[in-house]
Amino acid sequence: MADVSFRDVTKEFPGATVAVDRLTLDIPDGEFMILVGPSGCGKTTALRLVAGLETATSGSIEIAGKNVTHLSPRDRDIAMVFQNYALYPHMTVYKNLAFGLRQRKTAKAEVDRRVTEVSAMLGLDELLARRPAQLSGGQRQRVAMGRALVREPKAFLLDEPLSNLDAKLRVQMRAELKRLHQQLNVTTIYVTHDQIEAMTLGDRLAVMSAGKLQQVGTPQDVYERPTNVFVAHFIGSPPMNLLQATVAEGRAQAGDLSVELPQVPEGPCIIGIRPDSLSLREPDDSRSALDFDIEVVEPLGGELLAHGSVNGHLASPDTREETPVLAADSESRAEITAKLDGRLRLKAGERVRLAVHPGEVYAFDAATGDALR
Amino acid sequence: MATDTLIRPDRPLDLEAVPDRRPRHWPFSPWHFFLIPLALIMLMPLIWSVITSLETASEAQRFPPVLIPKALHFSNYVDAWNSLPFGHFFLNSFLYSLATVAGNLLFCSLAAYAFARLRFVGSNLLFVLLLVTLMVPFQVVLIPTFLIVRHLGLIDSVGGLIVPNLCGVFGIFLLRQFFQSLPVELEEAARIDGASRLGVFLKIVLPLSAPVLATLAIIQFMWSWNDFLWPLIIITSPEHSPLQLGLSMFQGAHVTNWNLLMAGTVMSQIPMLAVFLFAQRWFIQSIAYTGIKQ
Repeated sequence: MADVSFRDVTKEFPGATVAVDRLTLDIPDGEFMILVGPSGCGKTTALRLVAGLETATSGSIEIAGKNVTHLSPRDRDIAMVFQNYALYPHMTVYKNLAFGLRQRKTAKAEVDRRVTEVSAMLGLDELLARRPAQLSGGQRQRVAMGRALVREPKAFLLDEPLSNLDAKLRVQMRAELKRLHQQLNVTTIYVTHDQIEAMTLGDRLAVMSAGKLQQVGTPQDVYERPTNVFVAHFIGSPPMNLLQATVAEGRAQAGDLSVELPQVPEGPCIIGIRPDSLSLREPDDSRSALDFDIEVVEPLGGELLAHGSVNGHLASPDTREETPVLAADSESRAEITAKLDGRLRLKAGERVRLAVHPGEVYAFDAATGDALR
Repeated sequence: MATDTLIRPDRPLDLEAVPDRRPRHWPFSPWHFFLIPLALIMLMPLIWSVITSLETASEAQRFPPVLIPKALHFSNYVDAWNSLPFGHFFLNSFLYSLATVAGNLLFCSLAAYAFARLRFVGSNLLFVLLLVTLMVPFQVVLIPTFLIVRHLGLIDSVGGLIVPNLCGVFGIFLLRQFFQSLPVELEEAARIDGASRLGVFLKIVLPLSAPVLATLAIIQFMWSWNDFLWPLIIITSPEHSPLQLGLSMFQGAHVTNWNLLMAGTVMSQIPMLAVFLFAQRWFIQSIAYTGIKQ
């Protein structure tokens, strides 16, 4: 068990692609850290840097206080679970589990003891004589986990381990992973692009985009207080609605919507509203309202998702994109999503009035995307 | 629908009225009309050589050839075996073939793994240069090779046969292509599990490459076993001759003992046939493997 630290780590690939850009991150002993971000954001590269499968262009990586930047994978004492499991196809489950221990010249009795212990823990006892080709997807996944567990390493690295499983199995394995971590309490770095996994599994999340670390914090913290418009849009499902707005005299105006935002400086900004902050309640003094034309209704049982449009301009979560200048005409429509009470009977084509509490409206700098309040 | 009117529960099924929609099943495919004659043409030299090996010397000389001999002279095989040191020939051929197979499996797989997985400066250029040498005919490098072998003092020895053929570009190419198709995560997993580069190669890559290694072994065995030109250049004494060169001793300046030559030739092909039959399972499997990712 050990803490893992990135110190100003940069990884450039030939062709001048910067996969990881000056990453500094401390993962204390025993923490379940999630690296999350869209594909190509550098999260897998960051994980591979810890594993030693890639070498950092600059900066250093420490495991248990020891600089491992230039150590080979075998000398780092970590274990990794690959997305496609990477089980050795020519070996039985037993040999797959024992391989790492055999490589480290562990005594045969000890290998036997640990393999038996781990296979019992994961329910693999019956499968020890089989080969990977004779296992189901979920069983392979468990063997891959077992191969990591049996080594008793300083840290676990998991690269989207659940992405090849079907939905039901994924939920089951997610719970199992959480239980395993609570039981073993080993430092774990988990890479995923699935934000439900990120929110449910992690002690803390590190949100990455374009090689850069955007925010680190507990799932609740990141959800409630995103530091910038990218994080706000990326975390949460369905994503936050983003509209272009102009602030004047303490009020932000975005299409029909006028919200009181006293702390926000005057000028253009981006306002964000989570789909579940919108409701069908009558507007009153404390709430602002906007007209919403429903286009598609997705009932989910307890709640429903209504997709439709409002007056205004959409804002992009990627502030590197050129934001089009606000057009003067009020004809422009913006597509937004509202998460409403599932008992409502709404139909496509209907126009309803949505209300939102100003306290639940986020504001971001139009140029930098940083949170303004 | 038509069947509704034909099959009715209240009436017995009228089989005559049901049209036979099944395609007519021939015991063979129409392709066989083309393939069987083609196979016969391919087999003809083989059949002819087997027949000749059982004829008398005068029957074997005749033209047009005698395809149905009066009697089968199996004694030709004994005569052929006794008239030349066949034991030596077989031994030399086995030494030559087995040593080059072993050499190619060892050196080609190591080189191919380096080309497939290790990142080093100029690796692509080096590989292309190697491939280019595949296009150079052996006759072009014959004299330089001869000079090198002479410097090594290996003229007229089995060692002189083996050394220049220990590692071939074809083998490197074949194995590299296969190694590249193996999922790289398997090797990464093994490295994290604590295996060294060589450990990964020996414990993960080679066991998964059995089919392609078998293919290379067969091809190399066949090449060495049937090699004639190189032994002809460097071997002068019969006791160092491999089979193919030894057989040419039946061919004199004026007279050729065709029946004995063919008896020897048939004998020389038996090990080749055995190797192929033994390894053909892997051979075919590896051809089916190429290009298919796990």
